[in-house]
Amino acid sequence: MKEVRLHGRGGQGGVTSAELVATAAIAEGRYAQAFPSFGPERRGAPVAAFVRVSDKQIRTREKVYHPDIVLVLDASLPGIVKVSDGLKDGGIVILNSSLCEDDIRKQFGLTAKLAVVDANTIAQEVLGIPITNTTMLGALLKATGIVGLDAISDALDKRFGKLAEKNKAALRRAYEETVIYG
Amino acid sequence: MSKRVGVEVSIAVADAVALARAEVIPAYPITPQTHIVEHLSEIVANGHLDAEFIPVESEHAAMSCACGSSAAGARTFTATSSQGLSLMSEILYHPGPMRLPIVMVVANRALAAPISIWNDHQDIMVQRDIGWIQTFAENGQEAVDLLLHAFRVAEDRRVALPFIVNIDGFTLSHVIEPIIMPDQEEVDRYIPPFKPHYKLDPRKPVSMGPVGIPEVYTEERMAHNEALKASKRVILQGWKEFAEIFGRQYNPVEVYRTEDAETLLVTMGSISETAMTAVDEMRNAGKKVGLVRIRLWRPFPGPEFRKAIGKAKTLAVIDRCLPPGAVCGPVGAELRSLLYRVPGAPKIFSFVAGLGGRDVTVDRFKEIVDKAELYAKKRPVELYEVIGVREK
Repeated sequence: MKEVRLHGRGGQGGVTSAELVATAAIAEGRYAQAFPSFGPERRGAPVAAFVRVSDKQIRTREKVYHPDIVLVLDASLPGIVKVSDGLKDGGIVILNSSLCEDDIRKQFGLTAKLAVVDANTIAQEVLGIPITNTTMLGALLKATGIVGLDAISDALDKRFGKLAEKNKAALRRAYEETVIYG
Repeated sequence: MSKRVGVEVSIAVADAVALARAEVIPAYPITPQTHIVEHLSEIVANGHLDAEFIPVESEHAAMSCACGSSAAGARTFTATSSQGLSLMSEILYHPGPMRLPIVMVVANRALAAPISIWNDHQDIMVQRDIGWIQTFAENGQEAVDLLLHAFRVAEDRRVALPFIVNIDGFTLSHVIEPIIMPDQEEVDRYIPPFKPHYKLDPRKPVSMGPVGIPEVYTEERMAHNEALKASKRVILQGWKEFAEIFGRQYNPVEVYRTEDAETLLVTMGSISETAMTAVDEMRNAGKKVGLVRIRLWRPFPGPEFRKAIGKAKTLAVIDRCLPPGAVCGPVGAELRSLLYRVPGAPKIFSFVAGLGGRDVTVDRFKEIVDKAELYAKKRPVELYEVIGVREK
C-alpha cells in the first residue's frame, strides 16, 4: 500500500487531485481511498488531502501519519509547512518549484528524495492560470508510477469534460519535465 | 449490471436513495451530512429522480414533514447529523408508534459543547430509545447496501417502522473509495412499491397519532416495542434476499478471527476496519484476539451476540460516546445487561474512544486489548475508561 499526502492551499484543487488519483486507481481494478483533512477549509490557507492506493482491500480508517509520498502543489508552502513531516524512510517529496536542487535543500531543509517540476510556468502557459493540481499529477506519475497515465487521463475526462484536454496536456508536459534527485 | 466505481460515500448514498425511488425528501443541510442532500437536490432538479425535494427551514420541520409525507403514503427519505438530529428530537419519537417507515441516514457527529463537527456516536446514542430500527455501516459499500435494505425492511407490512442507517461523519461520508453500485433493475426487484396499511386520504379518512389516554397508552407503547422486536425476522430475511440478488451477505453481528480468541474487541461503525488490522497484527504476535462488530443496534440482536462471543473470557467494548455521570458507555451497558448472570459470561471492560474526531488507530486498539487483559487479571471492579486523553 502506498500512502500520499498532498499539500495545497484552499481552492487550489488538492482534494480534486486526491480524488483523481483514487478514482484512477479504482478504475484500474485496484483499491484506493481519498479524503480531505476533515473540517472547514478556507480559501488560500494551507490544506492537506490524502490518498491510499493498494492492490489489496484497504482495512484502515486511520489518518495518514507516515506517507510514502508527499505532493506539494504550491511553491510557497515548503517555507511555511513542514512538508516532510512523518515521511517514511525512502519516501519522496514532489515539489512545484523553479529552484535548483541545492537551493531547495538549503532553503527548506529537505534531505529526502526529491522530484521537482516548475508547475506554475506549465500551468500558466498551458491552462492560462497558475492552478497546478492537475499539472502536479504529471510529476506524481513520473516520480512514483502510482497510477497509469491512461487511467488518470480517463479520470480527467470524467471529471472535467471538455476542459480535460488542456489539463491532460499540462499533466503530460509536467510528466516530461519532472526531474528526480535521489 | 452493477458497476464498481470510485466515488465519495455521500454521493453513493444519494445515488442509492435515487435507485430506491424515494418520493419525498424533506431535508436541511448540516455538516457532515451536506453532500448527501446537496446531491439529492441536484438529482431531483436534473429530473433523474421523480421526487419532491423540500428544502425545509429546520430539522424539526424536516422530520415533521417526513411524518406527513410518509403518512400520506409516499416513500420518504431524509438525512441529518448531530445538532440537527437533536433539533428533530421532539418529532423522532412519533413515527415509531405511528408505524411510519421513514428512512434516514445519520452522518454521525459529536454534540456540543464544545462545538465539534467531527465524528463520534454521541448524536445517535442520545436518540437510542426513539424506537427506530438502527444499523451501523462499516464502509461505503455497506452504507449503500444497508440503505437499500432499510427501504426494503421499513416498508414491509409486517414491520412498518422507521429506520436509521448510521454512517460515520467524515471518516465515511467524505471518503472516496470503491463501491459496487447496483443497477436499477436489481434494486426494483429488491424494493417493491410502498403499499402502506393505512394512509391519509380524504376519501377514506383515518386519524393518526391521536392522544393516548391512560387506558391505551401502555398497550400502544407495548405494541410498538413488540413490533420493533419482531422486526428482526424481516431484517434477517431482508439481508438474505439482498445476498440472493446482490451477492453480498450481511448479519446482525459480524465476527473476525474469533476462533479460539480469549479477548474480543467489540465495535460499531467504521473503526471496525482499523480494528481488523489491529487484530491481524496482534494475532501475528501470538495474541488470541478477535473482533465482534455490531451492525444491528436496534432491535438489539441478543442471541446472535451471545453466539458471536463464543467462549471468550474478556470483552473490550468500545463506545464512541461518553454519557456524563453514567456507569459506562451505552454499548458497554447494553452488553453488561445482556450477559449479567449468564453462566460463563466474559468479563466486560468498557472503553470510550474516538470522541469528536479523535483518531482511533491500530496502536489504540492494541492499548485497549492490553488494558482489558490486565484489568481482567487485576481489577476487581469493572469500570470504564476514556482512551487517549492528553494529560499535558
